[in-house]
Amino acid sequence: MRGIFSTITKMFSAGVVTAGLLMSVPARAADDTIKVGILHSLSGTMAISETTLKDAMLMLIAEQNAKGGLLGKKLEAVVVDPASNWPLFAEKARELISKDKVAAVFGCWTSVSRKSVLPVFSELDNILFYPVQYEGEESERNVFYTGAAPNQQAIPAVDYLMSEDGGSVKRWVLEGTDYVYPRTTNKILEAYLKAKGVAAEDIMVNYTPFGFSDWQTEVSAIKKFGSAGKKTAVVSTVNGDANVPFYKELGNQGIKAEDIPVMAFSVGEEELAGLDTAPLVGHLAAWNYFQSVDTPENAKFIADWHKFIKNDKRTTNDPMEAHYIGFNMWVKAVEKAGTTDPDKVIDAVIGVSVPNLTGGYSTMMPNHHITKPVLIGEIQADGQFETVSQTPGLVMGDEWSDYLADSKDLISDWRAPLSCGNFNVATGKCGGKGTN
Amino acid sequence: MIFTRAIGLTLLLLFGMLSSSNAAEADLRAIIAKFAAVSNFSATEAVVRELAATGDTAVERPLGALAEGDLYVRKADSLVFIGKEGGGSVELLDPLSGEKSGNAAKGEITKIKVNNTLRRAIRDALGTLTLGAKDPAARIAAADTMFKTPDATNIEPLDAAIASETVASVKALLEQARAASVLVSDRPETDKLAAVALIGSRSDRNALSLLTAVEANSEGAVNDAATAAIANINSTLALWDAGQNIWYGISLGSVLLLAAIGLAITFGVMGVINMAHGEMVMLGAYTTFVVQEVIRNSFPGLFDWSLVIALPLAFSVAALVGLVIERGVIRFLYGRPLETLLATWGVSLILQQAVRTIFGPTNQEVGNPSWMSGSFDIGQLAMTWNRLWILVFALCVFAVLLYVMKHTPWGLQMRAVTANRRMAASMGIRTPWVDALTFALGSGIAGIAGVALSQIDNVSPNLGRGYIIDSFMVVVFGGVGNLWGTLVGAFSLGIVNKFLEPYAGAVLGKIVVLVLIILFIQKRPRGLFALKGRSVEA
Repeated sequence: MRGIFSTITKMFSAGVVTAGLLMSVPARAADDTIKVGILHSLSGTMAISETTLKDAMLMLIAEQNAKGGLLGKKLEAVVVDPASNWPLFAEKARELISKDKVAAVFGCWTSVSRKSVLPVFSELDNILFYPVQYEGEESERNVFYTGAAPNQQAIPAVDYLMSEDGGSVKRWVLEGTDYVYPRTTNKILEAYLKAKGVAAEDIMVNYTPFGFSDWQTEVSAIKKFGSAGKKTAVVSTVNGDANVPFYKELGNQGIKAEDIPVMAFSVGEEELAGLDTAPLVGHLAAWNYFQSVDTPENAKFIADWHKFIKNDKRTTNDPMEAHYIGFNMWVKAVEKAGTTDPDKVIDAVIGVSVPNLTGGYSTMMPNHHITKPVLIGEIQADGQFETVSQTPGLVMGDEWSDYLADSKDLISDWRAPLSCGNFNVATGKCGGKGTN
Repeated sequence: MIFTRAIGLTLLLLFGMLSSSNAAEADLRAIIAKFAAVSNFSATEAVVRELAATGDTAVERPLGALAEGDLYVRKADSLVFIGKEGGGSVELLDPLSGEKSGNAAKGEITKIKVNNTLRRAIRDALGTLTLGAKDPAARIAAADTMFKTPDATNIEPLDAAIASETVASVKALLEQARAASVLVSDRPETDKLAAVALIGSRSDRNALSLLTAVEANSEGAVNDAATAAIANINSTLALWDAGQNIWYGISLGSVLLLAAIGLAITFGVMGVINMAHGEMVMLGAYTTFVVQEVIRNSFPGLFDWSLVIALPLAFSVAALVGLVIERGVIRFLYGRPLETLLATWGVSLILQQAVRTIFGPTNQEVGNPSWMSGSFDIGQLAMTWNRLWILVFALCVFAVLLYVMKHTPWGLQMRAVTANRRMAASMGIRTPWVDALTFALGSGIAGIAGVALSQIDNVSPNLGRGYIIDSFMVVVFGGVGNLWGTLVGAFSLGIVNKFLEPYAGAVLGKIVVLVLIILFIQKRPRGLFALKGRSVEA
């Protein structure tokens, strides 16, 4: 019986520790500190991805404090847990801004969580740094998008597959999870492929539910589609947990990367950590950062991360780099403005350049998106990616896709005098609507 | 620097003397040395082609290593080696002879990068070279590669290989590969027609892929023959497709059965709405992870046995947790289904967060033992080993459970308590203990289901969430309280789902299944096989 009780005790103490962690919002009256909000899910389905970003933010804030803080004050992280619950994101964002009086918030992962906090940020006039690749078709005054827009990930990835190096692919499977990011991205890709002369019967689009685990039919459909005598590739916007069984099924049914490569937009080092990658060598991913990138900045970042998290097996990934860039941009903008007042920082941050981890500089553009290089990597047997292609220069994030009829006339420029996120150049009016 | 170079030279000389130094080998080494100077993939590919053009089978080793990403250049002297990573440093081997040539730290060597295009080029090159290999499997692989990448220049080496081939099955494959090459050559039409007929007799996807390309690039009689052969293959494949759907359905059904069978006890027999059922499955999967971790670190030789070892442990862990939940929470809530639902939901959250705190929120890697990896073909049907074993396992668990329920005193007591609690109590059965042990049994079965599911799904704290709805669906559809109902329910849901999926897509397919179940429950509220018992009384 003792065994049972010790299990219970362990379980309950674990629960208490977590609860304690979630509630540790220090209520110190603070003129000597600047508060920074961290809005990432620490429980629920998205915890798998977002917990790492919370830790990365804590590390960046600790490092900034070790350098002497900001404007002579210490930074203080305020961590809340929106628990993968979209309406709770809005509630927690309100709590961070109104109750904790944070100067800026770093957070969100899924597009639906971002959409749910948008009204809160514009109503209370605060700043959100959003670190994940997304479907575009949005530019808000209070949001800075440090992840990739479709033209910084999806389009270059497809270009690579069409090139000789990528295997001159002629037939396309667009496989995605059924929600806004894959649907919009696939819409853009379909329009792009057709503009490049791909026939409609050479494109197959398929969606599966969140957390899908029985991929047999889908994988055999891909196999079938791929046996039409033309070089075939899969472009995968499959999200989160569904990827592991997807790749396991690919490996088991013997689909090799040399025959039908899979190009993924949501699979990073973190997702591969739960997989035996030996059968997956050669499948591809497109990101703006890989842990394997060989630069001194990245080596230092990885070493710092391992020291901070006290585990040198933990991987780094693209959204972590996005937070690294976003946080440094915010610090620089606050120093430039001499204040943390969101209105002033929103103006100051445009044009700010900071080093990224791939050996160059990223700049915040007037459309609140940043410039980044695009890397294509192949999965290696050790669970890392090896860069096989890189855009020659930096790519500027394009929020309104040029390939969708609804948004091709829209531009965004948040500088005075235009100050508009959806200016229609055809009608000369602010207030255009994109695809979603 | 000078020292290493001196060693390198000495080694070269040594090898030169040892391996009956002939001109061919020196030539090969000269070509291999070019790898040190390549700067992009097309340059590497040029060197690969040059190596393959020598026709020397000795290039198999360096090319194979390159495809695996094991070919390195030593920075100090630009010599090319095969590297085997191990314990921080890399062991260097000679690219041709494979003999040991010292060690290097990772920083002292650079890997020659490969991509898919290059791997494909290497595979094609090796295909031609291994036609004469001693191992029939290697010859089959070669024939297969050459079939997929036909080339007019392949005909002559294939003719030679066919003439000297002794194994009939390999010979047939070689002839098909030759036919594929004939189709892309400028041979006369009669040859091509014979080739189309030969390839058409294969009637698999590779043949289809090849003939589609032929159909697009030919005219006259060859085109007609190709069109006819394609129609023929398509009708054969349509039959196989139906068979494949059934197999996929059975396989999905076995997963549903495994996930639901524990619930058939806790919910079906006992009537407890157990929302923490999925977390028992998760605990089983995490037990497998811990067992594999221990084996990896201490007894790597036992890895293939890891699942067998994990089974009793997963059962014990989940059964123990189940027992604690029953004694600690559920027994106070019998007869109050709403409170039970909320309480077990709370327990499931606690368990999830506990696992997240102990193991971290990320996926854990649970490896497939060698006997559960890969697939085999029956005709045009690709069956994966892990799915087959899971089906066998699910049926075994079902059989054992059925035996326990029907033929052991414990099972008799369980059924007695279910049928009439007060009567059973009057007969001297300690009903609280039967309750506790029944719940523990149901949880333990969920635990061993977790061992099997760890092979096909993520091992993360959310594992159980994905199965809870499906499990309830199966139990309710099959008929609460009846094990046979669960079996039939799981397989029919699996097969219906897989037949809908190719037409309706996975999202719509699932919705259609749900609608069908709702309609079915309207007609037969107690499911396929209704049973009288406590759950009915309540």
